Amino acid sequence: MGSALLEITNLDKRFETAKDTVQALRGIDLQVREGEFVTVIGPSGCGKSTLLRIIAGLDTDYSGTVRLGGAEIKGPGIDKGFVFQEHRLFPWLTVEKNIASDLSLRDKEVRRKVDELIELVKLKGFEKAYPRELSGGMAQRVSIARALLRNPKILLLDEPFGALDAFTRAHMQDALLEIWRTNKTTMILVTHDIDEAVFLANRVVILKPRPGEIRAVVNVDLPYPRKKATSSFQELRLNVLNQFEKVEELALTDGAGI
Amino acid sequence: MSQRTAAAAGRQPGKGSLAALAAILPVAALLLWEALGHYGMISELLFPTPSTIARAFVSLAQSGDLWIHLRISSVRALSGYALGGGLGLLLGLLVGLFPRTEKLLDPSIQMIRMIPSLAVVPLFILWFGIGEQSKVLIIAKSAFFPLYIQTFLGIRNVDNKLFEVAKVLGFSRFKQIFRLVLPAALPHVVLGARLSFGLSWLGLVVAELIASSSGIGYMMSDARQFADTPVVFVGIFLFAALGLLTDSLLRLLEWRLLRWKDSYKG
Repeated sequence: MGSALLEITNLDKRFETAKDTVQALRGIDLQVREGEFVTVIGPSGCGKSTLLRIIAGLDTDYSGTVRLGGAEIKGPGIDKGFVFQEHRLFPWLTVEKNIASDLSLRDKEVRRKVDELIELVKLKGFEKAYPRELSGGMAQRVSIARALLRNPKILLLDEPFGALDAFTRAHMQDALLEIWRTNKTTMILVTHDIDEAVFLANRVVILKPRPGEIRAVVNVDLPYPRKKATSSFQELRLNVLNQFEKVEELALTDGAGI
Repeated sequence: MSQRTAAAAGRQPGKGSLAALAAILPVAALLLWEALGHYGMISELLFPTPSTIARAFVSLAQSGDLWIHLRISSVRALSGYALGGGLGLLLGLLVGLFPRTEKLLDPSIQMIRMIPSLAVVPLFILWFGIGEQSKVLIIAKSAFFPLYIQTFLGIRNVDNKLFEVAKVLGFSRFKQIFRLVLPAALPHVVLGARLSFGLSWLGLVVAELIASSSGIGYMMSDARQFADTPVVFVGIFLFAALGLLTDSLLRLLEWRLLRWKDSYKG
């Protein structure tokens, strides 16, 4: 793991609504090293998706600085891969064309990389299938492959497995870790699933809501592949859960929950 | 792969029986009609029996008149469709893609849309005479609006979520239009093309019935003058058959272009 790839300093984000302003994020400081896997966890409304969208360049209305590879983020681009909660594949394109998207499969280099990625996300035999013919897990794997094709410096995943059933989700977590270890792509994954956060990450960032602030950062020093049933895993999980519960209590006592 | 073709094949066998299902009503109506005419229960002058109509068709076809009229009508309908539909598609694209063009053009276009085609016929005849020009323009006016509106609508209905995907994938403006907006709008455009074609036929009949010296519509109004009812019916059936044929062709095109769509099939 190298130097800091992503540097977020004193990030503030407000949403202006008709009635008042909502402070979505306040004083966020976070550094992510190259090759690191960071998960961001917090109750709904804590601004975790907002944070991810700011890193992606989809939201540029904030104060503070966000730098990727030393350069300020100006807008969305291929250096920041993004996987949305829904697969958001182009319904009129086949799997392989979705992965290539605006690039031509007739380009030998693109063709080779698409084939490689199809192999990586284990979708061989489905190259010519349309999104409507895929299961939720398969579609999400296509969208991960699509994000990886452009060799992003960082891959941002916004609750990518939120809509999947428990079995498929566990499967996808293994698949994602394998991709991470093969490609060594830096990843930030947003989730509300504590098990998922601990299972995947080098570091778990816990956000608290209203305003969205970093409550704690927990290092997960367990070797991969991890087993959810081991006592060391459970210990870390409890640690994160404790922090998380404090956050939830805060949210409830503030009366801002609902 | 094999699974999917197997599933597709599973739906195929119903096709023939479905066609038979669709034929039940028209065939029954024709038989009843023939029988009623045969036993003199309806006026042979106003309701010539299907067999009389068929004989009129055969004699028209043998004399060659039918093909001349048919060719003239088809050329008119197609050129009007190409002109009006093409313009509708083009302006729909421009107005859909560029909000400024929308502000500039759409209010005027909507105003013109409200004028019934029949109402502009006298004007077109005054301006362009009763030659081909006025007919093609009447057809073009009819064909313009469905394609224009559907193209415009299709573009404006593109899912904003897919636009975000295009942004994070770094699509250029050009690719945003050709790889995202146009394919996403295609279902609407194809529907517009079908509706436009239907209205082209309508425009053709209007143009030919009112002022013409050739074409299927003229053949019908000429026959009416001589109370030659079977020929009028031949014209009606021809319009129905041609309309059905062209619509099937367009539906085939639709099926080819929109195979990716996941929609309710009944």
